[in-house]
Amino acid sequence: MNLTVAVGEVDRPSLPSTSQAGPAPKRIVVAYGFWIFLLSDVVMFAALFAAYAVLATATSGGPTGAELFDQVSVGIETACLLASSYTCGLMSLAVGSRRRGATYLTAALTFALGAAFLVFELSEFTGMIARGATPQRSAFLSAFFTLVGCHGLHVSAGLIWLSVMMVQVAVKGFRPTVERRLQCLSLFWHALDIIWVGLFTVVYLMGVRP
Amino acid sequence: MTEIRFDRAPGDRSVLPETEEKTSAGVLVYTIGLVIAATLTSISFWVANTSLLWAPGIPLGLAVLGIAQMGVHLVFFLHITTGPDNTNNVLALAFGVLIVILVVAGSLWIMANLNNNMMPPLELMDLHMQR
Repeated sequence: MNLTVAVGEVDRPSLPSTSQAGPAPKRIVVAYGFWIFLLSDVVMFAALFAAYAVLATATSGGPTGAELFDQVSVGIETACLLASSYTCGLMSLAVGSRRRGATYLTAALTFALGAAFLVFELSEFTGMIARGATPQRSAFLSAFFTLVGCHGLHVSAGLIWLSVMMVQVAVKGFRPTVERRLQCLSLFWHALDIIWVGLFTVVYLMGVRP
Repeated sequence: MTEIRFDRAPGDRSVLPETEEKTSAGVLVYTIGLVIAATLTSISFWVANTSLLWAPGIPLGLAVLGIAQMGVHLVFFLHITTGPDNTNNVLALAFGVLIVILVVAGSLWIMANLNNNMMPPLELMDLHMQR
Protein backbone atom coordinates (compact mmCIF):
# COMPACT_ATOMS: atom_id res chain seq x y z
CA MET A 1 0.00 0.00 0.00
CA ASN A 2 2.77 2.39 0.94
CA LEU A 3 4.65 1.36 -2.14
CA THR A 4 1.75 2.27 -4.44
CA VAL A 5 1.41 5.71 -2.91
CA ALA A 6 5.13 6.27 -3.21
CA VAL A 7 5.14 5.24 -6.87
CA GLY A 8 2.22 7.55 -7.54
CA GLU A 9 4.05 10.42 -5.91
CA VAL A 10 7.13 9.77 -7.94
CA ASP A 11 5.09 9.76 -11.14
CA ARG A 12 3.35 13.07 -10.52
CA PRO A 13 4.86 14.66 -7.44
CA SER A 14 3.01 17.97 -7.47
CA LEU A 15 -0.45 16.66 -8.42
CA PRO A 16 -1.93 14.00 -6.13
CA SER A 17 -5.22 12.84 -7.62
CA THR A 18 -8.51 13.71 -5.98
CA SER A 19 -9.03 10.16 -4.72
CA GLN A 20 -5.67 10.24 -2.90
CA ALA A 21 -6.42 13.60 -1.37
CA GLY A 22 -9.30 12.30 0.74
CA PRO A 23 -12.77 13.80 1.13
CA ALA A 24 -13.35 17.21 -0.41
CA PRO A 25 -13.85 20.21 1.88
CA LYS A 26 -17.38 20.63 3.19
CA ARG A 27 -17.81 23.87 1.24
CA ILE A 28 -17.50 21.97 -2.05
CA VAL A 29 -19.68 19.04 -0.94
CA VAL A 30 -22.48 21.32 0.31
CA ALA A 31 -22.49 23.51 -2.80
CA TYR A 32 -22.46 20.47 -5.09
CA GLY A 33 -25.38 18.92 -3.23
CA PHE A 34 -27.32 22.17 -3.49
CA TRP A 35 -26.43 22.33 -7.19
CA ILE A 36 -28.08 18.92 -7.66
CA PHE A 37 -31.17 20.13 -5.76
CA LEU A 38 -31.33 23.17 -8.03
CA LEU A 39 -31.21 20.95 -11.12
CA SER A 40 -34.11 18.89 -9.74
CA ASP A 41 -35.97 22.15 -9.16
CA VAL A 42 -35.29 23.10 -12.78
CA VAL A 43 -36.70 19.72 -13.87
CA MET A 44 -39.88 20.49 -11.91
CA PHE A 45 -40.14 23.83 -13.68
CA ALA A 46 -39.62 21.98 -16.99
CA ALA A 47 -42.78 19.98 -16.26
CA LEU A 48 -44.70 23.21 -15.59
CA PHE A 49 -43.25 24.76 -18.77
CA ALA A 50 -44.36 21.69 -20.73
CA ALA A 51 -47.89 21.98 -19.29
CA TYR A 52 -48.01 25.66 -20.21
CA ALA A 53 -46.68 25.09 -23.72
CA VAL A 54 -49.25 22.36 -24.36
CA LEU A 55 -52.15 24.41 -22.96
CA ALA A 56 -51.12 27.86 -24.25
CA THR A 57 -53.82 27.84 -26.94
CA ALA A 58 -56.53 26.20 -24.79
CA THR A 59 -58.20 29.48 -23.86
CA SER A 60 -61.74 28.05 -23.97
CA GLY A 61 -63.10 31.29 -25.43
CA GLY A 62 -61.61 33.31 -22.56
CA PRO A 63 -58.97 36.02 -22.67
CA THR A 64 -55.74 35.21 -24.50
CA GLY A 65 -52.20 36.08 -23.53
CA ALA A 66 -52.03 38.88 -26.09
CA GLU A 67 -55.03 40.57 -24.40
CA LEU A 68 -53.75 40.09 -20.84
CA PHE A 69 -50.00 40.63 -20.78
CA ASP A 70 -48.49 44.07 -20.30
CA GLN A 71 -45.01 44.28 -21.83
CA VAL A 72 -43.98 47.34 -19.82
CA SER A 73 -44.70 45.65 -16.49
CA VAL A 74 -42.89 42.48 -17.63
CA GLY A 75 -39.92 44.58 -18.73
CA ILE A 76 -39.71 46.23 -15.30
CA GLU A 77 -39.98 42.84 -13.55
CA THR A 78 -37.18 41.47 -15.75
CA ALA A 79 -34.95 44.47 -15.04
CA CYS A 80 -35.57 44.14 -11.27
CA LEU A 81 -34.70 40.45 -11.21
CA LEU A 82 -31.59 40.84 -13.40
CA ALA A 83 -30.31 43.72 -11.25
CA SER A 84 -31.00 41.71 -8.07
CA SER A 85 -29.00 38.82 -9.51
CA TYR A 86 -26.12 41.25 -10.07
CA THR A 87 -26.28 42.64 -6.51
CA CYS A 88 -26.49 39.06 -5.22
CA GLY A 89 -23.23 38.32 -7.03
CA LEU A 90 -21.68 41.40 -5.43
CA MET A 91 -22.95 40.13 -2.08
CA SER A 92 -21.12 36.81 -2.49
CA LEU A 93 -17.94 38.77 -3.32
CA ALA A 94 -18.42 40.84 -0.14
CA VAL A 95 -18.96 37.65 1.87
CA GLY A 96 -15.83 36.12 0.32
CA SER A 97 -13.69 39.03 1.54
CA ARG A 98 -15.66 39.26 4.82
CA ARG A 99 -16.74 42.88 4.49
CA ARG A 100 -19.76 43.19 6.74
CA GLY A 101 -21.00 46.62 5.61
CA ALA A 102 -20.83 45.75 1.92
CA THR A 103 -22.64 42.48 2.64
CA TYR A 104 -25.51 44.30 4.35
CA LEU A 105 -25.71 46.93 1.59
CA THR A 106 -25.79 44.45 -1.32
CA ALA A 107 -28.20 42.18 0.57
CA ALA A 108 -30.54 45.13 1.15
CA LEU A 109 -30.38 46.04 -2.55
CA THR A 110 -31.06 42.42 -3.53
CA PHE A 111 -34.02 42.28 -1.13
CA ALA A 112 -35.46 45.60 -2.40
CA LEU A 113 -35.19 44.57 -6.06
CA GLY A 114 -36.67 41.13 -5.38
CA ALA A 115 -39.52 42.69 -3.41
CA ALA A 116 -40.15 45.18 -6.25
CA PHE A 117 -40.35 42.23 -8.64
CA LEU A 118 -42.95 40.55 -6.40
CA VAL A 119 -44.99 43.76 -6.08
CA PHE A 120 -45.19 44.14 -9.87
CA GLU A 121 -46.06 40.48 -10.32
CA LEU A 122 -48.81 40.58 -7.67
CA SER A 123 -50.33 43.75 -9.11
CA GLU A 124 -50.31 42.03 -12.52
CA PHE A 125 -52.09 39.00 -11.00
CA THR A 126 -54.71 41.09 -9.19
CA GLY A 127 -55.33 43.11 -12.37
CA MET A 128 -55.88 39.91 -14.34
CA ILE A 129 -58.19 38.45 -11.69
CA ALA A 130 -60.18 41.70 -11.57
CA ARG A 131 -60.77 41.33 -15.32
CA GLY A 132 -62.15 37.82 -14.82
CA ALA A 133 -58.96 36.03 -15.90
CA THR A 134 -58.84 33.70 -12.88
CA PRO A 135 -57.12 30.29 -12.84
CA GLN A 136 -60.58 28.69 -13.11
CA ARG A 137 -61.38 30.45 -16.40
CA SER A 138 -59.44 28.24 -18.82
CA ALA A 139 -56.68 25.62 -18.99
CA PHE A 140 -54.35 28.28 -20.37
CA LEU A 141 -54.87 30.47 -17.30
CA SER A 142 -54.51 27.50 -14.91
CA ALA A 143 -51.15 26.66 -16.48
CA PHE A 144 -50.11 30.32 -16.48
CA PHE A 145 -50.87 30.89 -12.79
CA THR A 146 -49.22 27.59 -11.82
CA LEU A 147 -45.99 28.34 -13.71
CA VAL A 148 -45.60 32.05 -12.92
CA GLY A 149 -47.02 31.65 -9.40
CA CYS A 150 -44.56 28.85 -8.63
CA HIS A 151 -41.69 31.08 -9.69
CA GLY A 152 -43.12 33.90 -7.56
CA LEU A 153 -43.29 31.54 -4.57
CA HIS A 154 -39.63 30.65 -5.11
CA VAL A 155 -38.75 34.36 -5.12
CA SER A 156 -40.72 34.86 -1.87
CA ALA A 157 -38.89 31.93 -0.30
CA GLY A 158 -35.59 33.44 -1.45
CA LEU A 159 -36.48 36.79 0.16
CA ILE A 160 -37.33 35.11 3.49
CA TRP A 161 -34.09 33.11 3.29
CA LEU A 162 -32.12 36.29 2.57
CA SER A 163 -33.57 38.05 5.64
CA VAL A 164 -32.83 35.05 7.85
CA MET A 165 -29.25 34.94 6.55
CA MET A 166 -28.71 38.62 7.31
CA VAL A 167 -29.87 38.03 10.88
CA GLN A 168 -27.42 35.12 11.10
CA VAL A 169 -24.57 37.29 9.79
CA ALA A 170 -25.46 39.93 12.38
CA VAL A 171 -25.71 37.47 15.28
CA LYS A 172 -23.19 34.75 14.41
CA GLY A 173 -20.78 36.60 12.09
CA PHE A 174 -19.00 34.97 9.14
CA ARG A 175 -18.77 31.43 10.49
CA PRO A 176 -18.12 28.60 8.02
CA THR A 177 -21.72 27.37 8.41
CA VAL A 178 -23.13 30.82 7.70
CA GLU A 179 -20.83 31.21 4.70
CA ARG A 180 -21.98 27.89 3.23
CA ARG A 181 -25.62 28.92 3.64
CA LEU A 182 -24.93 32.25 1.94
CA GLN A 183 -23.19 30.36 -0.88
CA CYS A 184 -26.29 28.17 -1.38
CA LEU A 185 -28.53 31.24 -1.22
CA SER A 186 -26.65 32.97 -4.04
CA LEU A 187 -26.79 29.78 -6.16
CA PHE A 188 -30.57 29.67 -5.53
CA TRP A 189 -31.04 33.32 -6.47
CA HIS A 190 -29.04 33.04 -9.72
CA ALA A 191 -31.01 29.89 -10.64
CA LEU A 192 -34.29 31.80 -10.12
CA ASP A 193 -33.09 34.44 -12.56
CA ILE A 194 -32.19 31.76 -15.14
CA ILE A 195 -35.70 30.31 -14.81
CA TRP A 196 -37.19 33.79 -15.23
CA VAL A 197 -35.29 34.16 -18.53
CA GLY A 198 -37.07 31.08 -19.86
CA LEU A 199 -40.33 32.29 -18.36
CA PHE A 200 -40.48 35.74 -19.90
CA THR A 201 -39.28 34.37 -23.24
CA VAL A 202 -41.85 31.57 -23.45
CA VAL A 203 -44.82 33.08 -21.62
CA TYR A 204 -44.69 36.82 -22.16
CA LEU A 205 -42.81 37.29 -25.46
CA MET A 206 -43.81 34.22 -27.49
CA GLY A 207 -47.27 34.24 -25.89
CA VAL A 208 -48.25 37.63 -27.29
CA ARG A 209 -47.46 36.71 -30.90
CA PRO A 210 -50.73 36.49 -32.87
CA MET B 1 0.96 17.16 -0.86
CA THR B 2 1.54 20.86 -1.34
CA GLU B 3 -1.26 21.38 -3.83
CA ILE B 4 -4.44 19.31 -3.79
CA ARG B 5 -6.70 19.58 -6.81
CA PHE B 6 -10.28 19.36 -5.60
CA ASP B 7 -13.27 20.08 -7.75
CA ARG B 8 -14.56 23.60 -7.74
CA ALA B 9 -17.81 24.29 -5.90
CA PRO B 10 -20.57 25.56 -8.19
CA GLY B 11 -20.70 29.35 -7.99
CA ASP B 12 -17.07 29.68 -6.90
CA ARG B 13 -14.53 31.49 -9.01
CA SER B 14 -11.50 29.73 -7.53
CA VAL B 15 -10.85 26.72 -5.31
CA LEU B 16 -9.95 28.78 -2.26
CA PRO B 17 -12.11 31.90 -2.08
CA GLU B 18 -10.09 33.35 0.80
CA THR B 19 -6.96 33.60 -1.34
CA GLU B 20 -8.89 34.93 -4.31
CA GLU B 21 -7.37 37.71 -6.37
CA LYS B 22 -8.66 41.22 -5.85
CA THR B 23 -12.43 41.64 -5.59
CA SER B 24 -12.38 44.25 -8.36
CA ALA B 25 -11.75 41.43 -10.86
CA GLY B 26 -14.84 39.64 -9.51
CA VAL B 27 -16.92 42.80 -9.80
CA LEU B 28 -15.73 43.16 -13.38
CA VAL B 29 -16.91 39.62 -14.26
CA TYR B 30 -20.37 40.26 -12.78
CA THR B 31 -20.60 43.63 -14.52
CA ILE B 32 -19.70 42.15 -17.91
CA GLY B 33 -22.39 39.51 -17.35
CA LEU B 34 -24.94 42.15 -16.37
CA VAL B 35 -24.24 44.23 -19.50
CA ILE B 36 -24.45 41.24 -21.88
CA ALA B 37 -27.61 39.90 -20.19
CA ALA B 38 -29.30 43.32 -20.28
CA THR B 39 -28.40 43.71 -23.96
CA LEU B 40 -29.82 40.27 -24.80
CA THR B 41 -33.00 41.03 -22.82
CA SER B 42 -33.60 44.30 -24.63
CA ILE B 43 -32.97 42.60 -27.99
CA SER B 44 -35.55 39.96 -26.99
CA PHE B 45 -38.17 42.60 -26.15
CA TRP B 46 -37.40 44.48 -29.39
CA VAL B 47 -37.65 41.29 -31.48
CA ALA B 48 -41.00 40.41 -29.90
CA ASN B 49 -42.51 43.83 -30.67
CA THR B 50 -41.01 44.80 -34.00
CA SER B 51 -42.66 44.36 -37.38
CA LEU B 52 -39.39 44.61 -39.29
CA LEU B 53 -38.51 40.91 -38.99
CA TRP B 54 -39.93 37.88 -40.75
CA ALA B 55 -42.80 36.92 -38.41
CA PRO B 56 -42.58 33.07 -38.57
CA GLY B 57 -38.91 33.18 -37.56
CA ILE B 58 -39.48 35.27 -34.44
CA PRO B 59 -40.26 32.42 -31.96
CA LEU B 60 -37.05 30.64 -33.01
CA GLY B 61 -35.08 33.87 -32.64
CA LEU B 62 -36.57 34.44 -29.17
CA ALA B 63 -35.65 30.88 -28.15
CA VAL B 64 -32.06 31.40 -29.32
CA LEU B 65 -31.80 34.72 -27.45
CA GLY B 66 -33.24 33.13 -24.29
CA ILE B 67 -30.83 30.17 -24.38
CA ALA B 68 -27.92 32.53 -25.03
CA GLN B 69 -28.90 34.59 -22.00
CA MET B 70 -29.12 31.48 -19.81
CA GLY B 71 -25.58 30.65 -20.97
CA VAL B 72 -24.41 34.14 -20.04
CA HIS B 73 -25.92 33.71 -16.56
CA LEU B 74 -24.21 30.32 -16.14
CA VAL B 75 -20.80 31.60 -17.22
CA PHE B 76 -20.68 35.06 -15.66
CA PHE B 77 -22.91 34.68 -12.56
CA LEU B 78 -22.45 30.99 -11.67
CA HIS B 79 -18.86 30.76 -13.03
CA ILE B 80 -19.37 27.42 -14.77
CA THR B 81 -16.31 26.74 -16.94
CA THR B 82 -15.03 23.90 -19.08
CA GLY B 83 -12.02 23.37 -16.81
CA PRO B 84 -11.23 19.93 -15.34
CA ASP B 85 -12.19 21.09 -11.82
CA ASN B 86 -15.70 21.84 -13.10
CA THR B 87 -16.38 18.45 -14.73
CA ASN B 88 -18.81 17.27 -12.05
CA ASN B 89 -20.80 20.51 -12.11
CA VAL B 90 -21.02 20.46 -15.91
CA LEU B 91 -22.02 16.78 -16.00
CA ALA B 92 -24.82 17.32 -13.47
CA LEU B 93 -25.96 20.35 -15.46
CA ALA B 94 -25.87 18.39 -18.72
CA PHE B 95 -28.03 15.65 -17.18
CA GLY B 96 -30.52 18.27 -15.97
CA VAL B 97 -30.66 19.84 -19.43
CA LEU B 98 -31.24 16.40 -20.97
CA ILE B 99 -34.23 15.75 -18.67
CA VAL B 100 -35.61 19.24 -19.34
CA ILE B 101 -35.41 18.72 -23.10
CA LEU B 102 -37.02 15.26 -22.83
CA VAL B 103 -39.89 16.55 -20.68
CA VAL B 104 -40.66 19.69 -22.70
CA ALA B 105 -40.08 18.40 -26.23
CA GLY B 106 -41.66 15.02 -25.44
CA SER B 107 -44.82 16.61 -24.01
CA LEU B 108 -45.19 18.97 -26.96
CA TRP B 109 -44.63 16.16 -29.47
CA ILE B 110 -47.05 13.71 -27.86
CA MET B 111 -49.78 16.30 -27.30
CA ALA B 112 -49.49 17.61 -30.88
CA ASN B 113 -49.88 14.03 -32.12
CA LEU B 114 -52.93 13.49 -29.92
CA ASN B 115 -54.48 16.73 -31.13
CA ASN B 116 -53.99 15.63 -34.74
CA ASN B 117 -55.08 12.01 -34.43
CA MET B 118 -57.91 12.22 -31.90
CA MET B 119 -59.78 15.23 -33.22
CA PRO B 120 -63.29 14.95 -31.74
CA PRO B 121 -66.42 15.14 -33.88
CA LEU B 122 -67.61 18.63 -34.70
CA GLU B 123 -70.48 18.75 -32.19
CA LEU B 124 -68.03 18.04 -29.36
CA MET B 125 -65.43 20.58 -30.46
CA ASP B 126 -66.55 23.41 -28.17
CA LEU B 127 -66.07 21.24 -25.09
CA HIS B 128 -62.44 20.60 -25.86
CA MET B 129 -59.41 22.63 -26.63
CA GLN B 130 -60.08 25.38 -29.08
CA ARG B 131 -57.54 26.78 -31.45
